[in-house]
Amino acid sequence: MAWVEVREVHKQYQREKQAITVLDGLSLQIEEGEFVALMGPSGSGKTTLLNLIGGIDSPTSGDISVAGTNIARLSGAELARWRSNTIGYIFQLYNLMPVLTALQNVELPLLLHKMNGAERRKRATFALELVGLGDRLGHYPRQLSGGQEQRVAIARALVSDPKVLLADEPTGDLDRKSGEEVLQLLERLNTEFKKTIVMVTHDPHAAERAHRLVHLDKGVLSA
Amino acid sequence: MFHLVLVNLGRNPLRTLLTLASVTLALFLFCALSGVLDTLQESIKVGSETRLVTRNKVSLIFPMPKSYMQRLQAVDGVKRVAISNWFGGSDPANPRDFFAQFAVDENYIPIYSSDVDIVEWSQLPAGVPAPAGVDPKLAVFETEQTACVVGIKLMEKRGWKLGQQVTVRGTIYPGDWTFTIRGVYKAKKKSFDESSLLFHFSYLEQKGMGGSGQVGIYVLQLADPSRASAVASAIDGMFQTSAPSTRTESEQAFQAGFVSMYGNLPFVLRLVGLAIVFSILLIAANTMMVSMRERTSEFAVLKTLGFTDGAVFGMVVAEAAVITVGGGTIGALAAKFGIEKSGFNMLGFLPSMTVYWSTVFVGIGIALVIGAVSGLIPALQASRLRIVDALRRVE
Ligand SMILES: Nc1ncnc2c1ncn2[C@@H]1O[C@H](COP(=O)(O)OP(=O)(O)O)[C@@H](O)[C@H]1O
Ligand SMILES: [Mg+2]
Repeated sequence: MAWVEVREVHKQYQREKQAITVLDGLSLQIEEGEFVALMGPSGSGKTTLLNLIGGIDSPTSGDISVAGTNIARLSGAELARWRSNTIGYIFQLYNLMPVLTALQNVELPLLLHKMNGAERRKRATFALELVGLGDRLGHYPRQLSGGQEQRVAIARALVSDPKVLLADEPTGDLDRKSGEEVLQLLERLNTEFKKTIVMVTHDPHAAERAHRLVHLDKGVLSA
Repeated sequence: MFHLVLVNLGRNPLRTLLTLASVTLALFLFCALSGVLDTLQESIKVGSETRLVTRNKVSLIFPMPKSYMQRLQAVDGVKRVAISNWFGGSDPANPRDFFAQFAVDENYIPIYSSDVDIVEWSQLPAGVPAPAGVDPKLAVFETEQTACVVGIKLMEKRGWKLGQQVTVRGTIYPGDWTFTIRGVYKAKKKSFDESSLLFHFSYLEQKGMGGSGQVGIYVLQLADPSRASAVASAIDGMFQTSAPSTRTESEQAFQAGFVSMYGNLPFVLRLVGLAIVFSILLIAANTMMVSMRERTSEFAVLKTLGFTDGAVFGMVVAEAAVITVGGGTIGALAAKFGIEKSGFNMLGFLPSMTVYWSTVFVGIGIALVIGAVSGLIPALQASRLRIVDALRRVE
């Protein structure tokens, strides 16, 4: 079985009594260590697919398994636990906690793992050094540039050593130069640390970084 | 995790502070009101069931002849009779700061010897023997016409010293009356009055009544306390045909009658207390709701990271609880220590106010409940939040 296995997934949303089909029997396999770019027009269901793989939404029908676990059958609390061990999520708008420093933001996911404060600090510091922000530990998000914020978010996503990194338009809100830095970072996480990455993007230039391109259109893959 | 609760409280310090302050104020008022009511209640119980008080049947404000004294003394079962007369003066330097003064005879303090101790007293000059049958601690007081004995709370509050002269301006009995403090009494029981000034009835009689004695109330000590009601009816029967007739009841009933002059006040105060607590609950709940709504996407992110619905619920409730329990504890303790320190005394002759620890704990308990209830709805909302819905809003 593939590292990420999406099988015959349907996803419908109910909107004013009318069901709209977002994903229509979609299947997709991603191998361990792959870097996949997910492209497609706005509204084609890219975010929806990413959310299903990340276990923050459930399919209407079909199966999704990640690293050998079928998550379509998990309860809410099980799913939360599973996410904390398996998924690193990177949002377009970074979504850092404004009241926490960079270091505290990165420590946040580690609160869900059994470890003492010193160990937590050590790991979070390491992750921030990895993304090139070792000198910004005590900065609050508002004291950082967009690119730096996104790199803190990446550090937060990888600090608990997840099995899959999911990024939803991670450069969508950044200027070219910062975007480039983020992409280089993701590339490095893939090549050097063998992280499996699924990245949604609009930007063909960004998509070039990936090993594999997947096009999504009207809820189905268009190869 | 708790750190997260604290930093979240710090994100809008003014709002947190205002909410905290409103809970503080509410719990302060709650505990203060309870203190007033408990003190009122307690003051009724302090009166003895076994001492009797005889007063004018028509009303407390009318006196009785001094000649009743002998007749009361002669009643079977009465061990000792004392005179107590309300003076109703005030300190000319500080007329608003009321304290009670009673003109009493030499039997009065001995009757209360089971309730009060004389803790400071002026010594007789060396070689002068104490008069026979007088407590040596009261010897100077008893031998000096303008002497007085003062409660220890009143002493402390005014900063008075033994041997000092104090002036009281009479309202019922005109003129400035200067007394020399010759003794200080302290209650053996906590809720007993310690804020009165006692001086000689004979002095009041001579200076204020033109020598013709009229007595406010008689306090009676009984030989056999179990016969109190029989003695009381015997007395009132004896005076039935006299003018004025009397009404004799236990000291406790007498004081209860006094307190009942306040009518529905205790009940109204309790209602006010509840209303305050309830309105604070609404304020706190509303503040929590607003504060949580602003953070919807943050809760979604926490959940994405793997925080469970339960953890998010707990975080929100904890936040509310920290505010309300923090504020509540401050308010309740402020009520306890602030009021007791100030020696606040509602009526001057009641014991000064006490806020019981049980009231403080009930107050903190109420704060905890306010926290739980005000945090409940926002916590439910935050925990039920679906990640995808919450994050779509910001996209
Ligand atoms: N939670 C939701 N409730 C209702 N409709 C949704 C929800 N999420 C997505 N949709 C709809 O599903 C479609 C695909 O959305 P999305 O996956 O966000 O597209 P993309 O990320 O490719 O732009 C859109 O038409 C969107 O309106
Ligand atoms: Mg999208």
